[in-house]
Amino acid sequence: MQLFKDLWQDYRFKWSFTILCGLMIFASLSFFSPYDPTLWHEVPRDLPPSAEYYLGTESRGIDIFWMSTFAVRNSVIVALIAGIVSRLITVPVALIAGYKGGSTDRVLMFISDSFLVIPLFLILVMLTLLVRDKMNLITLGILLALFGWAWDARVIRSEVLTLRERGFTYTAILSGTGTFRMAMNEYMPFITPLVFATLINVMSWAIGLEITLSILGLTNLDIPTLGTMIFWALSYQAVLLGYWWWIATPVVLSIFLFVSLYWLSVSISEYLDPRSRIQRVGA
Amino acid sequence: MNNTILSTENLKTFYVLEVQGEQKVVKAVNEINLDIRENEIYGIAGESGCGKSTLLKALAAVIEPPLRLIDGSVFYHVDGKKIDVTQIPDEPMRRLRWDYVSYVPQGSMSALNPVKRLKDTYEDFISSHVAGKSRGEALQLARQHIVELGLPPQIMDAYPHQLSGGMRQRVTIALAALLEPQIIIADEPTTALDVVVQRGVVQLLREIQQRLENTIILVTHDMGIHANVADRIGIMYAGRMVEEAPTDTIFREPLHPYTQYLINSLPKFGDKTPRESVPGSPPSLTDLPTGCAFHPRCPFVMDICRQEIPEYKNVKPNHKVACWLVEEKSYGKAA
Amino acid sequence: MERLLEVDQLTKVFSLGSITSKIKITATDNVTFDMKPGEIFTLAGESGCGKTTTAKMVLGFEEPTSGTIMHQGKVQGNNEKVWFTEGVQAIFQDPFSTFNPLRTVDRYFFETVDNFGLADNKKDAIRLIDEKLRAVGLTYEEFAGKYPSEFSGGQLQRVSIARALLTDPTLLIADEPVSMVDASLRMSIVNLFKKLRDEFGMSVLYITHDLATAYYVSDRIAVMFRGNIIEMGSVEQVLMEPKHPYTQLLRESIPEADPDSRWKEKVNLSETEEQEYLRTGCRFAGRCPEVMDICKGVVPPDLLVNGVLVKCHLYQEQTADRQLVDVEMQS
Repeated sequence: MQLFKDLWQDYRFKWSFTILCGLMIFASLSFFSPYDPTLWHEVPRDLPPSAEYYLGTESRGIDIFWMSTFAVRNSVIVALIAGIVSRLITVPVALIAGYKGGSTDRVLMFISDSFLVIPLFLILVMLTLLVRDKMNLITLGILLALFGWAWDARVIRSEVLTLRERGFTYTAILSGTGTFRMAMNEYMPFITPLVFATLINVMSWAIGLEITLSILGLTNLDIPTLGTMIFWALSYQAVLLGYWWWIATPVVLSIFLFVSLYWLSVSISEYLDPRSRIQRVGA
Repeated sequence: MNNTILSTENLKTFYVLEVQGEQKVVKAVNEINLDIRENEIYGIAGESGCGKSTLLKALAAVIEPPLRLIDGSVFYHVDGKKIDVTQIPDEPMRRLRWDYVSYVPQGSMSALNPVKRLKDTYEDFISSHVAGKSRGEALQLARQHIVELGLPPQIMDAYPHQLSGGMRQRVTIALAALLEPQIIIADEPTTALDVVVQRGVVQLLREIQQRLENTIILVTHDMGIHANVADRIGIMYAGRMVEEAPTDTIFREPLHPYTQYLINSLPKFGDKTPRESVPGSPPSLTDLPTGCAFHPRCPFVMDICRQEIPEYKNVKPNHKVACWLVEEKSYGKAA
Repeated sequence: MERLLEVDQLTKVFSLGSITSKIKITATDNVTFDMKPGEIFTLAGESGCGKTTTAKMVLGFEEPTSGTIMHQGKVQGNNEKVWFTEGVQAIFQDPFSTFNPLRTVDRYFFETVDNFGLADNKKDAIRLIDEKLRAVGLTYEEFAGKYPSEFSGGQLQRVSIARALLTDPTLLIADEPVSMVDASLRMSIVNLFKKLRDEFGMSVLYITHDLATAYYVSDRIAVMFRGNIIEMGSVEQVLMEPKHPYTQLLRESIPEADPDSRWKEKVNLSETEEQEYLRTGCRFAGRCPEVMDICKGVVPPDLLVNGVLVKCHLYQEQTADRQLVDVEMQS
């Protein structure tokens, strides 16, 4: 609780947390949706926002408000999967490479660097085209995770490298602590803020990439996400026809999502940064 | 007695910090009156955390947030005029710096630009402070200076990381002395150095002082260094000065119990009798004890010590102490 | 009498440099010394002399290039890990980096107790920890639940010693324990070593460049210079009547808190460390005030003069030019 109260002092955390909470509540409304978002012609088409249809309706006869609750929910699910799965790969790789050093380190970093230099976008395009029909949120998330772990591996590894040389590593060894326990007890408190910050960054990146792929029509377009909403709006010429509510909704929601994720990441990692923690500790 | 070159009057500078929404005030320099003269080496001694580094910052007029000037002033006596450096604007202060007063902060051996050779650092320095010198002239000046101070000239072509810690420290001090400032302020110049190298650094400072006949203000916790190089010593405790006298007097007749402890806690060769450190630990500058700040650790504590702060004043010519024992004229007990 | 620690011809060579230019620096060169139970032995010298490298090898943190280390008659190897760590503990120079700033200090104590099975339950563990803390002048109440930043440097160093005492080691290796502590507070830590020797029969390998505290606390001393032990014997003899010119220089350079014993001559510091390491012959020849021609070409032999081991050509005539194989030290 103290943690939360401290974080709340930071205006960035305050705003981002509030907005994200709002978005989560918004997303959870999807469970109460009176309409199935994959069905067309449920409601009259192309109506601007009104008391009955809060955000208006689109050309396929779908209520935009309820559609966007699904969109936010699904985009966040993809992002979470991408983020968490990639952390599950990055952290062990970084810990092992950093602590062991030597040839283990070189091999792992070689693999990691290989993932970095692969032309990401081309491969993604190719893969999504191949698996498009079987693609769902989970497979998309895992796919993005496979490309999102490599960068941060080096970042976390370099933190482990410095930690290995610190005096308390020797103290732990002299206390009889084994390698695994040492990594968990001694190093994790330093690595956690990095993991968290990079998690949120990967989530942001995943949302952005999903939107990009969807706009290009490469994902499963029946699943409502922020990206697919934009795709449909564009393919129905919403901008030209003046149905601003259709294009504005996913764009505005995306902006809110990006900015609040960024602020959340920055405020939490500043708080968790060992340098500021040391100042706060025992104060 | 020489003229005064730097003085402070009731100087109070505190750190005002905000930690988790709460304000904390660190009383680092708490009513200090100093009178530093020309052509002397003035040593300031005290444990870590007593505020001596902050005092030096104030003397060098580097008072920046979170350090704030609460009260009092710092005066430089330049060409017969008394200038309050806490009040003058930035530009005249900048001109005073390095020309009149030169500040060598702690750990400054790491402040040399790591990607430049030493000679380039020296050249930059000279050309930014002394107008009208070409690169060649500046380099000449620098080399000459280095050699005069007994450092090997070939180090000019080296990068900082190629030199040992001691060598870097001496180079930094040489740089500080380059423009022949009236005052050199050095903060713990010998910490983290080996004993032979330490001697080299201290001897360099002495050499510079003898050559330029200027003033050096030296801060270190090691009384052995002060014994070897200082002319007068001021003992600082918890933000205040507690004793000041010429070096010989301080070592022969220390009046304040803290000074006595500082001297007796150092091992002497040929003497294996058991010795003790100062008992307890230094007080926190945010939460000072009442009365005399040393009273919780003082073996001669009296009631008045707990209630009132003793005045810092002359008990003999050239010997100032802030202690109730001396006030009560019962300092025979403390010896 | 079984020796507690025997170090024999211990050598460590580091290769520095890049692929194109490699220099080999012999950090420790055939270092040989031993320790008995219940004595304080100082390994003294300036930075870069090899004393810390020696300590790391004795602790098993570095692999020697050649030479042997024996603890209580057993050769140091990987199979004796638990017995070894129980018997040999260490404290280091910077108390603040010895402990993880993000964890409370008591966790290390509890971990040590757990890992070595020193207590059956938490109450016994606390009792044991409190006992060790009292031995260094602290109590459990003022220590529990605190982070490293809540202690002063001197206190934290004592906490460090308390942790090392948990397993009742026979040998404590103290690597520059007082260098980062104020000069006036060093006594409190160094007095502890005396107490450990007198009350618990522990031996302490005290590594330092501060000869003043070395004189005050140790029984025997070995002075190292650029990887070699250049003088070794009882602390009274070595420090009060130094024979090797380097020992004399060290002894003289100590700043004494006595205005009457100020430094008289100026010291000459012109060679770099690297140059000195790469010398053939005696490594001190570059700045030795009594250097002779032979010093520059021939490595000086280890000579025994009045019970003190000296590695210097100056004393060649005084002994019968013997190479020492085994030295039994009387203190």
